[in-house]
Amino acid sequence: MGLDNIVIVGASLAGLRAAEELRTLGHAGRITLVGDEPHRPYDRPPLSKQVLAGMKPPESTALMVAGGSIDDLDLDWRLGESATGLDLGARSVLLAGGEQLPYDGLVIATGASPKRLPGTDHLDGVHTLRTLDDCAAIRSALVASPGRVAVVGAGFIGAEVAATCRGLGIAVSMIEALPVPLERGLGPAMGAVVADLHRDHGVDVRLGVGVVLIEGGDRVEQIRLTDGTVLDVDLVVIGIGVGPNTDWLEGSGLTIDNGVLCDATCAAAPGVVAAGDVARWPNHRFGEVMRVEHWDNAIAMGTHAARTLVAGPAAAEPYEPVPWFWSDQYDRKIQLAGRAGPDDTVAVVSGSTDDRRFVAFYGRAGRLVGVLGMSQPAKVMRWRSLVEQATTWDAALAAAAQEAEA
Amino acid sequence: MRVVVDYDLCESNALCMAAAPEVFEVRDDDFLYVLQDEPSEDLRDKVEEAARRCPKQAITIEG
Repeated sequence: MGLDNIVIVGASLAGLRAAEELRTLGHAGRITLVGDEPHRPYDRPPLSKQVLAGMKPPESTALMVAGGSIDDLDLDWRLGESATGLDLGARSVLLAGGEQLPYDGLVIATGASPKRLPGTDHLDGVHTLRTLDDCAAIRSALVASPGRVAVVGAGFIGAEVAATCRGLGIAVSMIEALPVPLERGLGPAMGAVVADLHRDHGVDVRLGVGVVLIEGGDRVEQIRLTDGTVLDVDLVVIGIGVGPNTDWLEGSGLTIDNGVLCDATCAAAPGVVAAGDVARWPNHRFGEVMRVEHWDNAIAMGTHAARTLVAGPAAAEPYEPVPWFWSDQYDRKIQLAGRAGPDDTVAVVSGSTDDRRFVAFYGRAGRLVGVLGMSQPAKVMRWRSLVEQATTWDAALAAAAQEAEA
Repeated sequence: MRVVVDYDLCESNALCMAAAPEVFEVRDDDFLYVLQDEPSEDLRDKVEEAARRCPKQAITIEG
């Protein structure tokens, strides 16, 4: 079947990179890019850092295309429109306005949305951070010099917002139900290092406590914690994770299970691929069905999904990346190549956690699965190849020790 | 093709080095070194991949 007409639902990083790859592969037909936000594709990482801090204007986040202009992609833009349904049999996407968009090939890249705390929607001053508009709202609240900001959830968004607030001289309380920040992402030992980093920068770090109630009249005034503490706050940023945007696919016949379930090549159904935060797939490299919410995965998976769509099922190749992310907090750069979980073995192989300049390896079942660095980008990227090569734990430790001696 | 890095943007994330080690090297001083300003055409795919993967969009390709 020909692929004259391709629809991409989701106009952020994964969708844009899919479109770019389709053109690179020589697709000359129509590409329709549907996005529920009014903006052209933009880069989200600066929204918790430079743009939130006022160091860069929101316009600076516009995503570029390597070696040319985004207009060169000749896309049929449908911005400010959301998809509400998918008819696999008829090969058609339903838009909120009632329009049907027929397709020969479909890329699902609808991303994820922040989870909210129940019972807080009526209060001004309680925010989540995902979009440019979210960032602008928090930015204007920060400019008004709040007495104290509460960050609920010490994942990457919460930790970066806390660091940005401290950079602006604003008092911050970081509230996390787990014993350390970033525990799900980095495990307890490395999470403790991050907790100390925030304490040293004057963050009021409150771990192992939950939120009972966020109170106020029209605006947020207080936050009540499970240990009985009541904090006076002017602004609350909720960073308790995201959920994949799959509501519009309910009943479509696609398998929805914590994301759109794909095969190893990113295909979800005949003529349908998925990529980025919304997609879950078996990554054979790690023997794990994963959904990865990282910036770099949106690029790599968007690109791969486009290749799968063009190649067709017989020629499509499995998507087997070593995931990678970074997070900038204060003057430190945290990077992880591979996987890291609470139950993995952890060993610091270079530098020291006291200096906050180190590399740690994560091991699982006798094999190196992750390389974590704090302000050690060159080593992380060099040792990422050990993860790619499925190096045993002992051989990985030996390789790191050998380089340290050299 | 000419590779141009905006060092005001570059934060040495080193993804370019993973994509095109012939052209980009982040050393242990945490600085990016461009090994070839004008790499040969056969490296174009890798250099474009490096530009795409740069979290700061700090790499541009001229020509």
